[in-house]
Amino acid sequence: MNKTVNQKAWFLVLPVFIFVAFNAIIPLMTVVNYSVQETFGNNIFSWSGVHWFQETLQSDRFHASLGRQIMFSAIILAIEIPLGLAIALAMPRKGPWVSVCLVLMALPLLIPWNVVGSMWNVFALPEIGLMGRGLNALGFDFNYTRQPGDAWFTIVLMDVWHWTSLVVLLCYAGLVAIPNDYYQAAKIDGASAWAVFRFIQLPKLKRVLTIAILLRFMDSFMIYTEVQVLTGGGPGSSTTFLSIDLFKVALGQFDLGPAGAMSIIYFLIILALSWVFYTVMMRNEAK
Amino acid sequence: MRKRSIVPILYILFLMLPIYWLVTMSFKTTNEILGGFTAWPQNFTLDSYRKIFTDPTWYMGYVASIEYVVINTIVSVAVALPAAYAFSRYRFLGDKHLFFWLLTNRMAPAAVFALPFYQLYSAVGLFDTPWAVALSHTLFNIPLAVWILEGFMSGVPKELDETAYVDGYSFPRFFINIFIPTIAAGIGVACFFCFMFSWVEMLLAKTLTAVAAKPIAALMTKTASTSGYELGLLAAAGTLTLIPGAVVIYFVRNYIAKGFALGRV
Repeated sequence: MNKTVNQKAWFLVLPVFIFVAFNAIIPLMTVVNYSVQETFGNNIFSWSGVHWFQETLQSDRFHASLGRQIMFSAIILAIEIPLGLAIALAMPRKGPWVSVCLVLMALPLLIPWNVVGSMWNVFALPEIGLMGRGLNALGFDFNYTRQPGDAWFTIVLMDVWHWTSLVVLLCYAGLVAIPNDYYQAAKIDGASAWAVFRFIQLPKLKRVLTIAILLRFMDSFMIYTEVQVLTGGGPGSSTTFLSIDLFKVALGQFDLGPAGAMSIIYFLIILALSWVFYTVMMRNEAK
Repeated sequence: MRKRSIVPILYILFLMLPIYWLVTMSFKTTNEILGGFTAWPQNFTLDSYRKIFTDPTWYMGYVASIEYVVINTIVSVAVALPAAYAFSRYRFLGDKHLFFWLLTNRMAPAAVFALPFYQLYSAVGLFDTPWAVALSHTLFNIPLAVWILEGFMSGVPKELDETAYVDGYSFPRFFINIFIPTIAAGIGVACFFCFMFSWVEMLLAKTLTAVAAKPIAALMTKTASTSGYELGLLAAAGTLTLIPGAVVIYFVRNYIAKGFALGRV
């Protein structure tokens, strides 16, 4: 759509600007403040420059939790995007079952995040949970509170359970929007199912897939509540992701300087990666 | 066709299993839960639910949750409406940068903001009120609402606006009487998403409340751990938090797919 230039449009945007600035800029400046100061309690602060940033960037603990975080997001994207796409392709396009499918699939998305954690907690308990008991009965030695591998398996499965539906719904919306003529033309040409997918469906799904990847990346990179409730970052620190580590530093130990520096670095990583996704998305949209 | 439908069916079964487990657990007695493995409640009991509905510290948690979610949804959508219109119709100084800046707030990890939010809302005297949680959730809900509404509004041809202005409508009259009814579906979807993200977010909701405005889901973990694993009660409280979500999904079921694509399909 060709838009007209109108500077008065700022008045329409002003309320949003005020609200978001209040919530974003003031806290962000507080964090920046902490990150460049040293404190000994009693509200006495002294300037410490980039000390905390250097310390954080060089600390093994930060590297470890960043590494875990990147690995987690990579696994999540590698599983959820293809799986969601496959399920969306297999879904019926019309008929009474569509609504039923959509409502049931959307259900996990509307459960408070700590309830998701508790739910998987009781579901995966080795003695009394359906999944834990079932896996042990099948001969696996499964105990997510003791074995790091099992904890990772449970968390990944929980996240797949929680968020794959988002990818399914996005892809489904994209598929429904493809006009029927495309399929008919393909039929006349005698195109195989793979060719239909590769040359009709996939290009048309590019935009929704970008949104899906962007949302899934951001949310998996920020995961906190579910993991905190399920494993608390354990066993040991095997599932301590960035947010959990940050919370331990900020509210557990009250080390405001390192926590501030860590927050800024964390935020910048997300910002940079999201900017890449966003530019790609906007370029697609402009075409 | 028949063979293909096995995939969604299996997927939905997988989704329902943990939910089934939570719901059955809520009807079991604590002894039965801890005593061993039973796939179905042997001594069916409603005690856990009775306790929740008779104890004000429990059911007021629901009231608090609903309160801030509703305030947040109304504020977010009302503020986002004119802004989304501006983004979809006009170019102005810094519009693209502003749009991206708004989106970055959707990307801000709540853990980064938890402590500063606590201090900010304590400083302005809103700590432990539903308003604190509602306002803090606007951080990510306003950008989201702007994004969704902008998508829907861009689907409305500009001729609608131009015809109305030629007919002598002023901007506010046009916006309220003509434009808002036209994009009613988009507003519904935006409300749904604001509701959803405010309802499921717990980190800020927990940090910004102490006693009076404690949301139900946060209350749940707390009470369950202090009174020694009352898993039945925990499961019942969890089950009750599923209901508002299910009700809301039912209302938007026809728009849900388009909504998740943020109105941009």
